[in-house]
Amino acid sequence: MPRLLLFIPLALFISLSFFLWKGLSIDPRELPSALIDKPFPEFQVAALLEPERILSKADFIGKPVLVNVWATWCPSCRQEHEQLLRIAQDNKIDIIGLNYKDEREAATNWLRQLGNPYAFNIYDEAGMLGLDLGVYGAPETYLLDAQGVVRHRHVGVVTAQTWVELQAMIQALGVSQ
Amino acid sequence: MLRFFILVLLSITSAYAAIDTYEFKDKGKELRFHELSADMRCPKCQNQNLADSNAAIATDLKQKIYLMLEADKSDTEIIDYMVARYGDFVLYEPRFNAQNAVLWLGPGALLLFGLIIVIWLTRSRNKSAANTEQAPELDAKQQKQLQQVLDKGKK
Repeated sequence: MPRLLLFIPLALFISLSFFLWKGLSIDPRELPSALIDKPFPEFQVAALLEPERILSKADFIGKPVLVNVWATWCPSCRQEHEQLLRIAQDNKIDIIGLNYKDEREAATNWLRQLGNPYAFNIYDEAGMLGLDLGVYGAPETYLLDAQGVVRHRHVGVVTAQTWVELQAMIQALGVSQ
Repeated sequence: MLRFFILVLLSITSAYAAIDTYEFKDKGKELRFHELSADMRCPKCQNQNLADSNAAIATDLKQKIYLMLEADKSDTEIIDYMVARYGDFVLYEPRFNAQNAVLWLGPGALLLFGLIIVIWLTRSRNKSAANTEQAPELDAKQQKQLQQVLDKGKK
């Protein structure tokens, strides 16, 4: 028995190395959302393209959707725009835009010039809905299930690879419902 | 030329030192505002607290703290509000919960473990030491031999 005890430091060292090695591949900027498995916050906010239309949660409940937080001041949003257009073309899921702390005119022009992948856009001028959602920058993309519960948060640019991962998650949602 | 450079440099620093100011009627609230914004971490620029950060989100969160203080919310209410949205990450002094229990209790547990090992080791050492101290009984013949050896040593 005492002989085996001598291996305790080695075992501790190996487990510590494992965790440190694992830590290398973790992106510290990617925070877990506090809202995972919690309902999307309630809101009453005007639409971007139709200022007189007031949007609320009821507008997207009933099927899984992606909520994409974007703004014209955000260069990474420009970078992911092509991919969002491709996702919209795939027609598997609606993308809802959350235009975050932006100017209405600039955002409208952006959609006109670059194409509009969004089913509709929530115009969150003061960023208060973003605050309720725990947004800390743009772009961020949330996957909501049919009940409007947040299932996944993606921080940063949506790439082709992200879309592959999202599709798997959407499929899993479809199966469980 | 030098004067121009100094001027440019000075204007740069003053641009970076932009600090938002919030007007409080109540001194106590102002103090609580400074404490709260110093104890919360900016989610965007992660090694700064809200008070130090100029990120857009930090400004929003400070604004929210200000509004909540003006609405006579308690510190716990404000902290709960932030944690509900940004998770335990926003707290520089994380709270005890199931997820981080290992971190809170780990050092104590390791210390206890070490103490137990030290006690166990000293005990077993004492025991073996006690064993060697107990000299075996000598019979008359051995006693005589021992005496002879000792006497030899004296000479």
